[in-house]
Amino acid sequence: MNIKVRYFAAFREATGIATEILETSAATPAALFSECSARHAALQNYSASLVAVNDEMSDWETRLTDGDEVLFFPPVAGG
Amino acid sequence: MNGFEITGQPIDVDTLRNYLADRSCGAYVQFDGWVRDHNEGQQVLRLEYEVYEPLAIKEGKRIIIEAIERFGVNNAYAIHRSGLMELSEVAVVVGVSSPHRSEAFDACRYIIDQAKARLPIWKKEYYASGDAEWVNCQRCASTV
Repeated sequence: MNIKVRYFAAFREATGIATEILETSAATPAALFSECSARHAALQNYSASLVAVNDEMSDWETRLTDGDEVLFFPPVAGG
Repeated sequence: MNGFEITGQPIDVDTLRNYLADRSCGAYVQFDGWVRDHNEGQQVLRLEYEVYEPLAIKEGKRIIIEAIERFGVNNAYAIHRSGLMELSEVAVVVGVSSPHRSEAFDACRYIIDQAKARLPIWKKEYYASGDAEWVNCQRCASTV
């Protein structure tokens, strides 16, 4: 299936890209993040603390389906 | 009207206070978050907030509604800045109006704590040393 991945803030700087579309069999955002870490060496030093799927805050073990957009958020620091 | 906003413009805290003014309320609690000139031993010159607005606004509105329902306050509103900011500017403001003070303090605390933990907002600090860093990234080093 095809999944669109978006990186924000420190993740975008670590990967050097904001968006990529991956052909993947990753069933969950957690599995997908592992794949992305393998693709981008700089991501290995990070853990994503929050994840969203299709513009809704989500869970690392949510089931992904074809065409989903997954947003990886590094630790947030508002306020 | 309760609510939550992201703005790239300076925040006018008096406008927020007037907006939340309510004759049935005896208490108004407001929290202002300011841009501080230091962090963890570094001298901070300015900072920048990156905000993923579609989700920050959606989740911010949820936090406000949770606070109103949980603490029974009359009204609450919060505004968070985006983009480049100078020292002493207001980065975030939370206002809560309520018949009595206790629940207003509690609701205000709840909103700012939840906002810091849940909203997709990232802070980059620019230091006098010439470095710039995303705040909290020392905690990125653990595993998923």
